[in-house]
Amino acid sequence: MRHLLTTKDLARDDAVRILDVAEEMAATADREVKKLPALRGKTIVNLFFEDSTRTRLSFESAAKRLSADVITFSAKGSSVSKGESLKDTAQTLVAMGADAIVVRHHASGAAHRLAHAGWIDAAIINAGDGTHEHPTQALLDAFTLRRRLHGEDARGRALDGARVVIVGDILHSRVARSNVWLLATLGAEVHLVAPRTLQPAGIEAWPATVHELLDDALATGPDAVMMLRIQRERMHDAFFPTEREYARIWGLTAERFAALPADTIVMHPGPMNRGLEIASVAADSTRSTVLEQVTNGVSIRMAVLYLLVSGTDGGRA
Amino acid sequence: MSGILIRGASLMGGDRADIRIADGAIVAVGSASAESGDHVIDADGLVALPGLVDLHTHLREPGGEASETVLTGTRAAAAGGFTAVFAMANTTPVADTAGVVEQVEALGRQHGYATVRPIGAVTVGLAGQQLAELGAMAASRAQVRVFSDDGHCVADPLMMRRALEYVAAFDGVVAQHAQEPRLTEGAQMNEGPLSGELGLTGWPAAAEESIIARDVLLAEHTNSRLHVCHVSTAGSVDVVRWAKARGILVTAEVTPHHLLLTDETARDYDARFKVNPPLRRAEDVAALRAAVADGTIDIVATDHAPHPDESKECAWSEAAFGMVGLESALSVVQHALVDTGMLDWASVARVLSTTPAHIGRLAGYDRPLSVGAPAHLTLVDPAASRTWSPGELRGRSRNTPYTGLTLPGRVVATVHGGVPTVLDGALVDAETVAAAAGTGR
Amino acid sequence: MSARPVLQTADIARALRRIAHEILEARRGDGRLVFLGIPTRGAALAERLHAIVEEIEPGVAEAGTLDVTMHRDDLGRSATRAPSPTRIPSGGIDDAVVVLVDDVLFSGRTVRAALDALADHGRPRAVRLAALVDRGHRELPIRADFVGKNLPSATSERVFVRLTEVDGVDEVAISS
Repeated sequence: MRHLLTTKDLARDDAVRILDVAEEMAATADREVKKLPALRGKTIVNLFFEDSTRTRLSFESAAKRLSADVITFSAKGSSVSKGESLKDTAQTLVAMGADAIVVRHHASGAAHRLAHAGWIDAAIINAGDGTHEHPTQALLDAFTLRRRLHGEDARGRALDGARVVIVGDILHSRVARSNVWLLATLGAEVHLVAPRTLQPAGIEAWPATVHELLDDALATGPDAVMMLRIQRERMHDAFFPTEREYARIWGLTAERFAALPADTIVMHPGPMNRGLEIASVAADSTRSTVLEQVTNGVSIRMAVLYLLVSGTDGGRA
Repeated sequence: MSGILIRGASLMGGDRADIRIADGAIVAVGSASAESGDHVIDADGLVALPGLVDLHTHLREPGGEASETVLTGTRAAAAGGFTAVFAMANTTPVADTAGVVEQVEALGRQHGYATVRPIGAVTVGLAGQQLAELGAMAASRAQVRVFSDDGHCVADPLMMRRALEYVAAFDGVVAQHAQEPRLTEGAQMNEGPLSGELGLTGWPAAAEESIIARDVLLAEHTNSRLHVCHVSTAGSVDVVRWAKARGILVTAEVTPHHLLLTDETARDYDARFKVNPPLRRAEDVAALRAAVADGTIDIVATDHAPHPDESKECAWSEAAFGMVGLESALSVVQHALVDTGMLDWASVARVLSTTPAHIGRLAGYDRPLSVGAPAHLTLVDPAASRTWSPGELRGRSRNTPYTGLTLPGRVVATVHGGVPTVLDGALVDAETVAAAAGTGR
Repeated sequence: MSARPVLQTADIARALRRIAHEILEARRGDGRLVFLGIPTRGAALAERLHAIVEEIEPGVAEAGTLDVTMHRDDLGRSATRAPSPTRIPSGGIDDAVVVLVDDVLFSGRTVRAALDALADHGRPRAVRLAALVDRGHRELPIRADFVGKNLPSATSERVFVRLTEVDGVDEVAISS
């Protein structure tokens, strides 16, 4: 694996391997010394054109726990905000010795261009590109689900037979896209729920069952319900009439939460709009994995950085 | 100016004949002999076509000279076999006054590579709020007959109605860039399964078709001429066909790239394939080809849109829309339509020369390759083959989508009003062309 | 390639029993013992040693695994390796006598990595090394405390250890 750009192109074996390595990485969090020397001497650059404190800190944490040197480059107040192009910024960073670049960008396909345009030679990790993909988010979601389902027996397993419902603004969600491809690859049964206005063209061909009403999807008795953040501004572009109506039909209300099977977990990539897509009682319950998703994010990102950068088959050969 | 003798060219793919040119006109077709001082071209194996006329080009001057100028754009045109180009109005300043259009026309005339007919904006500043001085532009030395806000749609139905009515007085035509703005805000590529997968905002076909449908009804209601720019969908073809069957005075154009490329090219997020209207499905390409063959689409026009490298070497959503196309147009048309048996060379002459000239009311192209007609022609070697690269371009910008493709045909010579602009496959230098243009005819 | 068997099932069992007695003798009757096997085969050997010690003196020892992948000194020189699980017994290693267990002791670099990995988990009272086979050619100043068999070898030769838990059979062989 040279780059991690999408989950669409991630083979099942590679995906399971990332999850397994993440288990070992997670174990370091319980040790006295939480660091591993595996990436000592390597330089990881966080290239964040889009503001994102959570994901940025998660990657920084992951890189530091592997003893790598981390440089963070965020768009505000940098040469980028003065108009420097993606190409020039990337070339400057590689000239400074970056072994891998973690890139978050507001344009779909930005990570792909960095990896394939021939401008630079470094491992590229997509930390979210526009509305296209956010592979490490999907991986940490899968890791979280796998652990909740199989506990100590998780190693080596995929998600065969797990039933997952993903609800929200699928059209604009890179988290939804990455999750659909990865969950399907790992053998899960995926259900998508969104008003038709928030369904992307061609969704009928996606490896998932599409529902227009949340209650229909919840009636299948899912193992996990993943709520996606809904942006309030979408109301002004006529995607849905009011927040009230959205919450009533597509929100995980207290009533819907109470009606879920006892073991169903509730997931959310954060940040949450309490009261809009998710009720507080759901978000704060023991079945909510919101906080462990954050912890698992560091482990997954450690696994990805290790697998892409440590050997001669990754990073700069 | 010396004469030119072309020996043994196949006239529009038909019988072989000699063509002699003197004093800017064709003086003999058939069997002719050289007179002293004539430049002789052995056209064995070459097809002679009337000089090509592009009804839709962006020359960028004034204001966008970093991408293209009238000089570099008309050189690119000549290299592609064109002897006339209609220059779109979305320059800086916009071509919405007699002053700007006269400037652009004069530059074309000075440089001499091709006849430049400026297109006048429909509305002031292309803003869609107020009609531009269409009459003044028509009466100017630029003799504007084609009006377009291309780049933008004349979306306000009342404004479109008024424009259609108003230009009738001077035999003008409104050329619409059909794109309903509210349905295409932030649009990046064709709306379809691929846009859903790639996370790029879609540009639905209905946003083009609905405007064309509205406009043909307005054209019918006002009994005026309508021209539809760069038709890109099968649905649009159906609307135009329906309109023509009703006797509506509508003409339509298609670009070479819409006859060849589909939205699959977006998969790599390579912005060289980003264009407005976007590349569509294979079914649309097939429908457009059939429409050119059956005449529903009247002409091919390049929509030559030069952009600097930095506007294309970036993330897709940050990139500019557009491709250059003057140098490749004839080759792409040959590849998509002639070599597939859908069109013969005589029809190529119709869609790339006679008809666009007619729509734009450009004189001198109604009797192609006939004695007495102005000497606008091009000689093509249909058996040649090129692997396309930016090295084949002659304009200032390099944003071509065909790099790596093998395309047939090569322009060997182009003659503009008796002045050779391309000889032996290479552009004639600017000083010579300008001097000949100044003294000739 | 011809592989010459050096130890068979019974030889291996005898060697492990002897090592277990030596370990208990060196312990002098006090302190916790923690066997940490280096995956893959070292882990199996650690379990066997633990089982033998449990027979002789129950309750004094625990066993686990210590993966050394992340601490190797050759990470950047070969293809990426996925790490195996590290399982430290619940009592931890602080103040215990840790016995690192591996199948073959060769250059000593794996043991060096194991010592580094161990330091991330705590501070043992002492660290000992038990190896089923010591084939010489040390590149670092490392020696085994308990050895099943000393097997002088040429660097061009390869030593194979097969264990029932992993390979279905117990055997040590050397090939030239």
